[in-house]
Amino acid sequence: MRALIWITESSWQACVDQARALVPADADVTLLHVAASDVEYLAGHPGPGRLGRRRPPPPKGPSVREIGEAEAQALLERARTRLGRAAQLSARRGRIEREVLEAAEDCDLLVLARDGEPRREPKSVGHYARFVVDHAGCPVLLVWSEPPPGLDQMHWPPHLRRDT
Amino acid sequence: MNEAIALIALAASLTAAVARWRRAPDWAVAVAAAVVVVIVGALSLHGARTALGRLGPTVGFLAALLVLADGCRRAGVFDALGALMAFGSRRRPRRLMGVVFLAAATTTAVLSLDATIVLLTPIVFATAARLPTSPRPHVYACSHLANSASLLLPVSNLTNLLAFTACGVSFTRFAALMALPWLVAIAIEWVVLSRVFADDLRQAAEPAPAGEDATRPHLPAFALTVVALTLVGFGISSIVGVAPVWFAAAGAVALTLRRPPDSVGALVSAAEPTFLVFVLALGVVVTAAGVNGLSSVVDSVTPHGSSLLALLGVAAVSAVLANLVNNLPATLIIVAVVSASAPAGVLAMLIGVNVGPNLTYVGSLATLLWRRIVHAHDEDVDLGEFLKLGALTVPATLVAATAGLWLALQVF
Repeated sequence: MRALIWITESSWQACVDQARALVPADADVTLLHVAASDVEYLAGHPGPGRLGRRRPPPPKGPSVREIGEAEAQALLERARTRLGRAAQLSARRGRIEREVLEAAEDCDLLVLARDGEPRREPKSVGHYARFVVDHAGCPVLLVWSEPPPGLDQMHWPPHLRRDT
Repeated sequence: MNEAIALIALAASLTAAVARWRRAPDWAVAVAAAVVVVIVGALSLHGARTALGRLGPTVGFLAALLVLADGCRRAGVFDALGALMAFGSRRRPRRLMGVVFLAAATTTAVLSLDATIVLLTPIVFATAARLPTSPRPHVYACSHLANSASLLLPVSNLTNLLAFTACGVSFTRFAALMALPWLVAIAIEWVVLSRVFADDLRQAAEPAPAGEDATRPHLPAFALTVVALTLVGFGISSIVGVAPVWFAAAGAVALTLRRPPDSVGALVSAAEPTFLVFVLALGVVVTAAGVNGLSSVVDSVTPHGSSLLALLGVAAVSAVLANLVNNLPATLIIVAVVSASAPAGVLAMLIGVNVGPNLTYVGSLATLLWRRIVHAHDEDVDLGEFLKLGALTVPATLVAATAGLWLALQVF
């Protein structure tokens, strides 16, 4: 069984913890991080919005792309340590939803965390996770990034409410 | 005939600036275009001289500001800002966004939008990535505030510098009139960005990894003092009767002497000489297009007067033109038309040309060319998010900031 665990900066601990508990011990695990290319692009290229300006002077330190790659690798390694088992690391960059779906194409299980409101409602799944869950071809394990509130705190739609 | 030649010269200059051909750099194309419009008689030699004489001091001012910002970079101001942002965030994304807003709005206002885009944004990206938290909201905030927070001072944006003389107000009055529009613009950015990126900003604080102590970072005192004194100089310039450019030059000299760049070449390139030449040549070409009919076309669609409705109209026309041809030529074209209703009309135009570019990132004509360039370099970049944010912030900011300007004009 091939399992793909998609981690993000905001929810990687919860995602890894629950994958450790729920993914079969004999599974072939890959940890995935996707860097958004539009963000790197905005941070690293002044763009022709600055009409007539040269490219910025070469900074002394690493480029935005190199910083992004180094931090993604560091995050993946921290996730592998927390997972406490052998896992392949995959750092991709591009459009997030597409990269995750392409990485998950040959997998038997995709693990990801809810990335929206911490409440029991549709908004608990943000737009990246929503797209991935809607379009993934394999079974999906959708975990909470923090323990959800109880059922009694849920906002029921009128037709599902119990008459009290 | 002259009309066509002047417009072709303008189009060629703008295309070269966006396309960045290696064999025909933008400044060379713009200079050639300027020479052509004079040779064919679309603009008299006297007219060209007048345009250059008007732009000369502004370009000198810009050079001093660019050297000042580069001096700050060498002195480590931006690295210190990065450390300060990481410290101030207490490892919480929403707090980080707050300090990024402070840093980006201040940097843009004081050291111009170029400093924010080129020097601050990469630092913000690294600060967020190292926290770690999603850099998305913070990078987009910088990218937006570089435009929308460039309303406050004449030095915040080259467009402001170009229109400053036409405003006919002192440095301090400019700031007093634009303070409210500036604050309104930043507030709208905060409301929209913190909502759109709510998912990216929701994250429990993570304890700092062992070995990283949260001590307050050291700030480069000399460079910050020089910048502060330069600002004070701008403020008292009209009182002591010394043009603001001299205070900028003094600040640039002080930072350069204290920590000289590696070489004279580095100092010269910090002032972006080819860009300065481009601005001068573009000024000549736009003047030629202006006297050959462009000004009367723009004049016929631009409202006149200082009523709220007229100011809103000026801001809207300016924003549209900034998106069509980029804000630099838009300023050069409109400033001649609105200077009759200075300072109200000129300041409303600045709201349009400064906030407007957030709508399409680079201006719609440029976007067409630019997409091809990006694809040619095999970059899979989707700027849909940028366009969406622009649609949410720009119309609201144009209206609210212009209303703020109108209010300020009643008070000051």
